Amino acid sequence: MEKEPKGDDGGDLKLLGLTVSPFVIRVRMVLQMKAVSYRYIEQDLFIKSDLLVTSNPVHKKVPVLIHGGRPVCESSAIMEYVDEVWAASTTGASILPADPYERATARFWAAYADSKLLPAWVGIMWAATEEERTEKVDETLAAIGRLEEAFGECSNGKAFFAGDSVGYLDLVLGSQLLWFGVLRKMFGVVVIDDDAGSKTPLLASWAKQFVETDMAKEVVPDVDTAVEYLKKLQAHRPGSTVTQLLS
Amino acid sequence: MAGGDDLKLLGAWASPFVTRVKIALALKGLSFEYVEEDLRNKSELLLASNPVQKKVPVLIHNGKPICESHIILQYIDEAFSGTGPSLLPTEPHDRAVARFWATYIDDKSMRGKTEEEKTEGIKKTLGAVETLEGALRDCSKGEGLFFGGDSMGLIDVSLGSLLSWLKATEVMSGAKIFDPIKTPLLAAWIERFSEFDVAKAALPDVDRLVEFSKKMKQAAAAAAAAASEN
Repeated sequence: MEKEPKGDDGGDLKLLGLTVSPFVIRVRMVLQMKAVSYRYIEQDLFIKSDLLVTSNPVHKKVPVLIHGGRPVCESSAIMEYVDEVWAASTTGASILPADPYERATARFWAAYADSKLLPAWVGIMWAATEEERTEKVDETLAAIGRLEEAFGECSNGKAFFAGDSVGYLDLVLGSQLLWFGVLRKMFGVVVIDDDAGSKTPLLASWAKQFVETDMAKEVVPDVDTAVEYLKKLQAHRPGSTVTQLLS
Repeated sequence: MAGGDDLKLLGAWASPFVTRVKIALALKGLSFEYVEEDLRNKSELLLASNPVQKKVPVLIHNGKPICESHIILQYIDEAFSGTGPSLLPTEPHDRAVARFWATYIDDKSMRGKTEEEKTEGIKKTLGAVETLEGALRDCSKGEGLFFGGDSMGLIDVSLGSLLSWLKATEVMSGAKIFDPIKTPLLAAWIERFSEFDVAKAALPDVDRLVEFSKKMKQAAAAAAAAASEN
């Protein structure tokens, strides 16, 4: 859906993305939180557009934010960029806390979610053998277990990792929830369990609140869209790496 | 240095990620206590400070641990923003570019264990070096002095911390990674970077790294041989 582009300084704003990509979802959520208008351009990662290739020549991946003609690449760099440029926005507080130590903690767990959790659950989807799948399921559950502990430490009894409202770490982990739905639907794997006796009760409650936020409702596609995308990938790109899959 | 700040760095002499933090602390003019860890016999302090990864570097500031070198660098820049130069530029787009290249350098820093991985690794490194030559030209506005523009910044520190390992790799593999003809700006940047006091103090000795690498290879080969005899 095209919106009238309107940057803070009048510079136009475009986002090159893939609606089902966690890396794109998290960036779109920040833009939503800051009430920033932008033109969203869905990319075909099988046949990359000239705009994508020239805007991100090093990686040729999404998301890419193009502000006043200047590209910003890497979802974490884009999130901090948007946070800094639209810092004065009255509709959205900073996604990172003010205290440097708390910022480091949020960044640490976000890096963990992307480097340990995400590759593990992607591995479930691409596993060639039952043995490999079991291994990846174990890795995924171990990682989510760590994040359950982290939630206890970070949230101080509040709804989100960042407290009363969604922050950086909520976005990084929350943007992966869509794919947990795919894992449940297609593979019968439950990453965050909301039943009685769950090992991840805190995250179960967090996830419920996260998906109910305005920005999640606006930005996150439904599970079936992700399932269809995965099927497309399985047909065309067996054995893709994480990055080929989702960015 | 700010009064009442207790800084301790848990590290290992050979680790470029530890070197990175040493350089950043030195650039900011911050004093710290350095604790060399034996990675085969990790201290209680390390295990308690980084229970998730159990890795170095760990920076402990007034008793609170910060892990992951790129996170530590940003922390140092933010917690000590009034002390010494900034590692990150002020303009948001320039900051985003710095973060992009720092992530790029980190991704390319992974070393291979097997010969096959190492050969692939060299190829990737050479490709990365060409990309970085372009980055240096853009970031330094054509001057080539620093990625950080007028002065040393996050990218300079991130890449500079790898120099001893890159030179050791050149010695061991025979490949020329920084060719003054192919990548003139980078080759000059390396010469310049290596001359800084902060770099000389923090970077490990190349010969020592080569010896260390050989010993590790021998140990790995011995372990593999022993395993296959079972």
